Amino acid sequence: MPEIIKRNKALSVSPLKASQTVGAALAFLGIRHAIPMLHGSQGCTAFAKIYFVGHFSEPIPLQTTAMDQVSSVMGADDNVVEGLRTLCEKSAPDLIGLPTTGLAETEGADIERAVREFRQQHPQYAGTAVVPVASPDYKGCLESGFAAATQAIIETLVQPAAAAGTRPRRRRQVNVLAGALLTPGDLESLKELIESFDLEPRVVPDLSDSLDGHLTELDYSPLTVGGTPVSGIAALGDARATLVVGAAMDAAADRLAERTGVPDYRFKHLMGLDASDRLVETLARIAERPVPERLERQRAQLQDAMLDCHFQLGMARIAIAADADLLVAFSELLASLGAETVAAVASTNAPALHAVVTDRVKIGDLEDLEQLAGAQRAELVIGNSHAADSAERLGLPLLRAGFPLYDLIGGYQRSWIGYRGTRQTIFDLANLIREGGRGEIHPYRSRLKQWPASERGLAA
Amino acid sequence: MKAKDIAALLDEPACAHNDKGKSGCARLKPGATAGGCSFDGAQIALLPIADVAHIIHGSIACAGSSWDNRGTRSSGPALYRLGLTTDLTEQDVIMGRSEKRLFHAIKQAIDSYQPPAVFVYNTCVPALTGDDVAAVCKAAQARWGTPVVPVDAAGFYGTKNLGNRIAGETMVRYVCGTREPDPLPPGIEAPGFRIHDVNLIGEYNIAGELWHVLPLFDELGIRVLCTLSGDARFHEVQTMHRAEVNMMVCSKAMINVARKLQEAYGTPWFEGSFYGVRDVSQALRDFARLIDDPDLASRTDALIAREETAIAAELAPWRERLRGRKALLYTGGVKSWSVIAALQDLGMEVVATGTRKSTEDDKARIRELMGEDARMIEDGNPRGLLDLVEEKRVDVLIAGGRNMYTAIKARVPFLHINQEREFAYAGYRGMLELARQLCQTIESPVWEAARRPAPWHTPRAEAL
Repeated sequence: MPEIIKRNKALSVSPLKASQTVGAALAFLGIRHAIPMLHGSQGCTAFAKIYFVGHFSEPIPLQTTAMDQVSSVMGADDNVVEGLRTLCEKSAPDLIGLPTTGLAETEGADIERAVREFRQQHPQYAGTAVVPVASPDYKGCLESGFAAATQAIIETLVQPAAAAGTRPRRRRQVNVLAGALLTPGDLESLKELIESFDLEPRVVPDLSDSLDGHLTELDYSPLTVGGTPVSGIAALGDARATLVVGAAMDAAADRLAERTGVPDYRFKHLMGLDASDRLVETLARIAERPVPERLERQRAQLQDAMLDCHFQLGMARIAIAADADLLVAFSELLASLGAETVAAVASTNAPALHAVVTDRVKIGDLEDLEQLAGAQRAELVIGNSHAADSAERLGLPLLRAGFPLYDLIGGYQRSWIGYRGTRQTIFDLANLIREGGRGEIHPYRSRLKQWPASERGLAA
Repeated sequence: MKAKDIAALLDEPACAHNDKGKSGCARLKPGATAGGCSFDGAQIALLPIADVAHIIHGSIACAGSSWDNRGTRSSGPALYRLGLTTDLTEQDVIMGRSEKRLFHAIKQAIDSYQPPAVFVYNTCVPALTGDDVAAVCKAAQARWGTPVVPVDAAGFYGTKNLGNRIAGETMVRYVCGTREPDPLPPGIEAPGFRIHDVNLIGEYNIAGELWHVLPLFDELGIRVLCTLSGDARFHEVQTMHRAEVNMMVCSKAMINVARKLQEAYGTPWFEGSFYGVRDVSQALRDFARLIDDPDLASRTDALIAREETAIAAELAPWRERLRGRKALLYTGGVKSWSVIAALQDLGMEVVATGTRKSTEDDKARIRELMGEDARMIEDGNPRGLLDLVEEKRVDVLIAGGRNMYTAIKARVPFLHINQEREFAYAGYRGMLELARQLCQTIESPVWEAARRPAPWHTPRAEAL
């Protein structure tokens, strides 16, 4: 178990962390015909919007309760009520997500009460689900905000089985509580995998249906154009099983299991041979179907890639900066390849960090990563787009992963999971190490060599 | 090249097994032959001369399949990395225009890159149609004033080994002795510190490994006039005749160069290796012995003592990890023994070694290192190698790139040792890298992962 080293400096330099609020908003973006409305000042939303647009190359529906000077002091509950009413009136969404910001929480907003008030004042909008979630940015990170919003979605929309009339195993449905470490590309390949067992995937939240970058008939939509349908969330209780991906989703999974009685299978992540094996085996049992031939082949391909690339990746020294679940995923994958995680930085503390395969995990920023990677003589960096400058200063190649990826077109669409995603990750890591000139020794310029005139100036 | 010239090259008096009809100079067997041709051998031997424009005169397969070999490193010019070829067309061949094309190609290379010299490698098609490459080179040199050297080593002349010899022969005939060495940089020599000139023949600076060794030479006051050919420059090759001692590094391939330099200039030579602590020290001692400078000898002993102590401390943890591990070595020629010494240095056991391309001398050295009943593998077919791995419970197969994926598919740890490898193993420092790479593959978790059956194929009692 690694030692967790807490923040020990006042100034965060080149922050790694994306806020909890952004994470919560992201979860709501995975629900169909939905819109998140951040309870905070308009800037909270504007920044988040730019952030998402850069990462996904998509228009992002995002609203704000627009707290101003007066409402920040005198109470902003009215802003919530008015904001909800305006959104319902204008675009009748199926769901409005209501993440709070640091401003609202500091003010002492009682978001639940504000929603109740909205319901009383505007019963005509009962068709729109409203999911409030406390997600101040002075706590947690994107991953925890995403998980908190998912939990809130379940608490708000999933009724206990008796009341809802749902029954486990009624359908060949498999729920997936998909943590923030999964990209739209990951979810797409996970859904295909589930379907290959003749099962129906129901992903919550389903970013692969909303932010996968597809063109629609609509030229404009004020709401999300895809994602998990709200009606589908109510029917989670009919599933055969729930797959939970990412330790951050544990609390949400507990809630879902309590209410529905659907058995769940929890995965820290889905990278690498072991995790992929467990996933496939689990699906085969849930489905009561044999493993398709195609998966056997993909598995053998992954094994071959592991062998082919071990020359580059064995003992490779890797530095990773990521939120906890992704950090665990990469560190376990690397360990399975014989590579070492020599520098690990997480944006915030989380219980999951105990599973990181390394000696020490630093809670910190990209400056910490840069220093650790340098001191540990890392050979490659794994991190989000912000890490590009750090990697450049270190003179190391960067594998871009995490959030945000604003300088990598299509980064959101990449799949890292399962046999195929893992194989590509391994190839990319090996290629980056190769290009980084591993094993290259510095040319020695002998003082005695008969240097040609053209090279003489260079001689030591 | 005429048949009698080839016969003369194959007759190598300095070679201990010269009168034997086998080994490196054996005839090829159709349907059962592996390994490169003479062109390949000549190119490999000379390509590392970094500032030369190496033009391959022939149709595309020769250059097209071989250019941009990244094994050898240069500390300066990268001209050798460019693929230059006359890329002969059907029309060139039919109409007899290939000589003309070559002439223009040489001009283009000189105009574009201003190299100190151009080497022209003959290949099968123009050799067969009868291009007079030597005459074209001569005319081009006269016309443009840049040395143009014909390397007449068409593939069908014979083996890669023959190509190596042709390359060496060409250097001795056309290049060595055409220039006197540069004066020493001022202020380097001092009383009790004289500089001595030597050559390293057959050292190719694979992965830059020469640079692990050169600092030792600098410290001892030994100037390497020329390495044939790792990180060499044309004007260094020109001065090879002035060396006091030549070392044949890890290769018999260019033994003719050492012999001819001895015949012409009386330069003594010895054969040695830079792989393994013992061998590096031995090579340095051999230089000191042959140079006959008592001061150098005592400084050499001091340097060896210092380096051996330092490297022993650094290698200790690695030796711990590698002790008793079993290696199967399958590589060519001199490496069949020089690497054994290095592996034994690390505490490993070499259970067998390949000797397909080894000379009788090499085999004698193998017996010295591994004992009289050393297991030698003449025929390295993949099945046989894998069976041996199984039988002897081998921990790592050490071989060239061709066998790499054989090992991988059989899930056997593997270390790449031939010229395309990416890591530098020569010198004292190189041993650390060798140890590291061995541990890296032997201890890797991927072998277990690759052998592991899918969980749904292994019956498990507990329910999900």
